[in-house]
Amino acid sequence: MNSQATITPIIEMRNIRKHYGPVIALAGVSIKIYPGECHCLLGDNGAGKSTFIKAMSGVVKPTQGEIIVNGEQKFFNNPRDAMQAGIATVHQHLAMIPLMSVSRNFFLGNEPTKKIAGIQFYDRKHADSKTMEAMSKMGINLRGPDQAVGTLSGGERQTVAISRAVHFGARVLILDEPTSALGVRQTSNVLATIDKVRNEGVAVVFITHNVRHALAVGDRFTVLNRGQTHGTAMRGDITPEDLQNLMAGGQELATLEGSLGGTV
Amino acid sequence: MNNKLSIPDERVKEMSTFRNSLIRPELGGIIGTIVVFIIFIILASDSGMFSSQGVLNWSIVSAQFMIIAVGACLLMIAGEFDLSVGSMIGFAGMLIAIFGVTFGWPMWMAILLTFAICIAIGALNGFICIRTGLPSFIVTLAFLFILRGFTIFLPQTIERKTIIGGIREAAEGDWLGAVFGEKLFMGFFQYLGDLGIISVFSRGTRAGEPVVNGIPMLIVWALILVAFGHILLTKTRFGNWIFASGGDAEAARNSGVPVNKVKILMFMFTAFCATVFATCQVMEFGSAGADRGLLKEFEAIIAVVIGGALLTGGYGSVIGAALGALIFGVVQQGLFFAGVESSLFRVFLGLILLGAVILNTYIRRLITGER
Repeated sequence: MNSQATITPIIEMRNIRKHYGPVIALAGVSIKIYPGECHCLLGDNGAGKSTFIKAMSGVVKPTQGEIIVNGEQKFFNNPRDAMQAGIATVHQHLAMIPLMSVSRNFFLGNEPTKKIAGIQFYDRKHADSKTMEAMSKMGINLRGPDQAVGTLSGGERQTVAISRAVHFGARVLILDEPTSALGVRQTSNVLATIDKVRNEGVAVVFITHNVRHALAVGDRFTVLNRGQTHGTAMRGDITPEDLQNLMAGGQELATLEGSLGGTV
Repeated sequence: MNNKLSIPDERVKEMSTFRNSLIRPELGGIIGTIVVFIIFIILASDSGMFSSQGVLNWSIVSAQFMIIAVGACLLMIAGEFDLSVGSMIGFAGMLIAIFGVTFGWPMWMAILLTFAICIAIGALNGFICIRTGLPSFIVTLAFLFILRGFTIFLPQTIERKTIIGGIREAAEGDWLGAVFGEKLFMGFFQYLGDLGIISVFSRGTRAGEPVVNGIPMLIVWALILVAFGHILLTKTRFGNWIFASGGDAEAARNSGVPVNKVKILMFMFTAFCATVFATCQVMEFGSAGADRGLLKEFEAIIAVVIGGALLTGGYGSVIGAALGALIFGVVQQGLFFAGVESSLFRVFLGLILLGAVILNTYIRRLITGER
């Protein structure tokens, strides 16, 4: 904790509130995310995880609160603004387009172009070679760059999406339940990928409601419940049982606050 | 763990290059084209189907299908339909006739204004679909009736008839009219006729002139649009966005693709293609009729599906759609040349459509590895 207190957080969300009409989705959530760490955001369904990361990635505008990137306050009007600030999201099911090739998916929205006779063309050779390079770095064997994403397993798709985000300069990577639909082996592949990008200095925000997955890679844990945070805990300060109870709704909140070590 | 990952999955079979080359959206179109040509070379080779007039005959019909199929293809890959194409053809032709003949405006002005109006209607189609989130099937079905209604109402109100003629005379010497109604390489065809390679008129006022005296601009437009559509789709970043918008709009949005813009532009392009079709048609016939373009929307969609595009979007090929249009044109005219009862054309059409869809589904499963 002390070592990280001196480092500026790569992104800080201060007192974020979001109201959807009469519904209070987020009632003032604060969180600090540091480079090179995996910050797990836990919470049951309806806890406000999705709304929170939507605010972080520019999909929704918070009703109130500040987003500070590298010590500078930012206002995200759309996901593009967030991406420009280095915040990339890998979505649960919507990461890839199955009918398109891996390389076309990899460069979707960031297509390399070359000019021929003054007209911008898609630079397929460049895209293909870069894709193969990035994929072999992540340990995915492709039949070729034009293999359709639909032929990849769920874990491989997540890995492609993650390496894509990192390739395009993401410094904060938001993973929205990347393991929720995966088998054991695929999950471990994704967790290994998270570990790899963390070692490259990327901050990973790992959203999950699976405590075991969170504890496998997480450096810090923040639990959301009913639009509020129950505090952030460091790795080693909290047991799986505590996390589970926190997520379930804080029936034993009083005792748990003690175990969180006063970080609430 | 990492070492393990880099070992190829033993459960994935190696695929031969041959099998790989088969997995293309155009496959059905290529096979179909070959089959259709073989059939008609056997059935109708002595009927003049492959003489210069015969070739021109089915080329024109195929080119007509191609022009609307290119627009429908890109739109379908982008994940939308346009059922108003046929009505748009009638409507655009009627506008040109009203502006150019009834109002007596210069033909280039009539054509340009018609293009502007029709593309705007295409944009409106797209805008309504995007804004309301309704299926384009319903929205454009509404426009099918709206536009057809106006196509009948306008000439009846203004001229008290449903066919307006005199367009060719009004377009005489007009530069933009020529772009849609002229013929190319007339000197070359005269030369071929003089050499006796293609047949010439032996009697009458045009004796000595070749029967086929040039390539109509309609065919040139078809080839230009196919080339443009193919390059746009496969060689540009915008093409990538078209695939992505139709493949999974939400995922595409998350990747920063302006999906709404892509879809609306494709609606506009479809309207543009329909208007090109209409302009070439009124220039050729010299008149605009209220019943022009009936059922063209379905013919365009059928050509696109035969060409390997998925009805659900995200997958397809302009070349495939062009081949689909060629199959369509050759079959329609070939049955006539072969002396087959013309009503059987519909039977054939239904069968080929069914076969194409089944083949496409199978190919898609090969590509995505679904079961």
